[in-house]
Amino acid sequence: MNSVFVYIEIEAGQVAEVSMELLTKGRALATELKCKLEAIAIGFKLDGIEKDIFPYGVDVLHIADDKRLAPYTTLPHTSIVVKLFQEEKPQIALMGASSVGRDLGPRVSSALHSGLTADCTSLVIGDHEDKKLNKEYTDLLYQIRPAFGGNIIATIINPDCRPQMATVREGVMKKEILDPKYKGTINKLDVSKYTSDVDFVVEMIERHMEKSKVNIKGAGIIVAGGYGVGSKENFNLLFELAEVLGGEVGASRAAVDSGYVDHERQIGQTGTTVRPKLYIACGISGQIQHRAGMEESAQIIAINTDPEAPINSIADYVITGDVAEILPKMIKYYKANTK
Amino acid sequence: MKGYKIIVLAKQVPDTRNVGKDAMKADGTVNRAALPAIFNPEDLNALEQALRIKDNFPGTTITVLTMGPGRAAEIIREGLFRGADDGILLTDRAFAGSDTLATSYAIAQTLKKYGNYDIIIAGRQAIDGDTAQVGPQVAEKLGIPQITYAEEIQAINKGMVTVKRRLERGVEVVKCPMPLVVTVNSSAPDCRARNAKLIMKYKHAKTISEMQVSNEDYLHLYNDRPYLNIKEWTVQDIEVDMNELGLTGSPTKVKKVENVVLQSKGAKVITSSDEDMDQLMRELIENHTIG
Repeated sequence: MNSVFVYIEIEAGQVAEVSMELLTKGRALATELKCKLEAIAIGFKLDGIEKDIFPYGVDVLHIADDKRLAPYTTLPHTSIVVKLFQEEKPQIALMGASSVGRDLGPRVSSALHSGLTADCTSLVIGDHEDKKLNKEYTDLLYQIRPAFGGNIIATIINPDCRPQMATVREGVMKKEILDPKYKGTINKLDVSKYTSDVDFVVEMIERHMEKSKVNIKGAGIIVAGGYGVGSKENFNLLFELAEVLGGEVGASRAAVDSGYVDHERQIGQTGTTVRPKLYIACGISGQIQHRAGMEESAQIIAINTDPEAPINSIADYVITGDVAEILPKMIKYYKANTK
Repeated sequence: MKGYKIIVLAKQVPDTRNVGKDAMKADGTVNRAALPAIFNPEDLNALEQALRIKDNFPGTTITVLTMGPGRAAEIIREGLFRGADDGILLTDRAFAGSDTLATSYAIAQTLKKYGNYDIIIAGRQAIDGDTAQVGPQVAEKLGIPQITYAEEIQAINKGMVTVKRRLERGVEVVKCPMPLVVTVNSSAPDCRARNAKLIMKYKHAKTISEMQVSNEDYLHLYNDRPYLNIKEWTVQDIEVDMNELGLTGSPTKVKKVENVVLQSKGAKVITSSDEDMDQLMRELIENHTIG
């Protein structure tokens, strides 16, 4: 039975969080399919990396170790993965839906003519019957993902091409060590056989950590605060919730004028107009000027101590209470109900 | 200076970002009529990067290439109004049902036929699918390097393009030889507005199909002013293996589609108790609002 493969992303010499999550999922899939779980780690100075990988239940770890392979660049990593997959013929290949996986995945799928589904939220094994061709398929990978701006959930399959490739975002799958003493084998790849000089035409000039600019317009989820949040410190709760949900923090004019947050986060007539999937209004009374900038949001949750706050009239959920009590509970129960 | 040949890959998409309460029908299906067709936002960021190269290197030409139905010619005109030089609409029933791989095959074959490019610039991803696959897949099929997640094309010098990339936790500056594919993030500068003179110049720009249904009195225009002709290519104009196109050429198949049913209007009033908060988060996760 052909294996399940996971591409291991290396960040500053460490196995990336998303890769550990995918190893956990990969192990479950491999067990269900009664096949091996294999992993491929590409980078530099990877000695000992297996200690962080085998415990997830990895049977074979392929390692390509070379100075020129770190930090990640597209072409050499593609060449190695493509050649290895041509040799090993995995049935499933998983990668993180990160800037690395979403750069590498499509390139590999194009070279191998295998289907790739981006940003899956669930991966399940199942069967399929093609009524037109009168063909039955067993043990396919159902790749489930939101599409159309999150308005539909699609189940995608790759009936005929292998590997069945999927990317998954960090935090979507659960990370769990199978057995700290799990024994796998290492296969060191001869990098010169898997790459050629033309793979190294892209030169890395600079690389550093830098915070992104605020992008409330493009955010699917906005946690917005008003004067009722009460203080700059309390706004930290909004940032925490936004981070957990993968959203951005917005604010009413009153909160901006009070110095709780920067002007770039202001929503409303004199700020930005937003239409996210979910708008969580915290301590915002809902003056018309603010509502003009957010009332087209697909869903609105209003949290306010005043049960008569104007914002409640356009909300889908009204929670009467204190932001400082409610936001930590939202974080707690979000975490408890995912994974 | 002779400038560069730039191709901008663009897509006309339903505006899924602006999904208001009217965008879903009562039965929970998408009300497509309520979603206007727009120039994919990150493709506009891509166009702006191309226009900046044109600003800095006189003689540069920008060609907008899009694949889609006949009406997708709208975004080529939109590109012309903002400073592109010409456009190609790739349209054919044979493309229907294409996944990203079949799409990138069709685009790559078109580019091979058209030839003559130094830099291909596209948006990172389109908002109707959010896959971010077509750019890299085209690059692979053309056998040229790619720089994804670009925020700024900083310099072009001696055949090398310097690009700043915006990643999850930081930035990277890379240098890459031409030709190459660059895909641009939404964090890149917004596209400049339409130019009034260019609107006047190109407002009658049309594809052959559009000309056929338009008022005949205008037809002399297209002979006198060749720049008003938007190229319309079908599978006849490019070399393709028909098995690689459309549904047949797509390794991925859609097995099932579920519409996300939005909550009915009218507020639910809940308390801050643990039970209510637990229930709320469950509901939001189950209807895919979050998570």
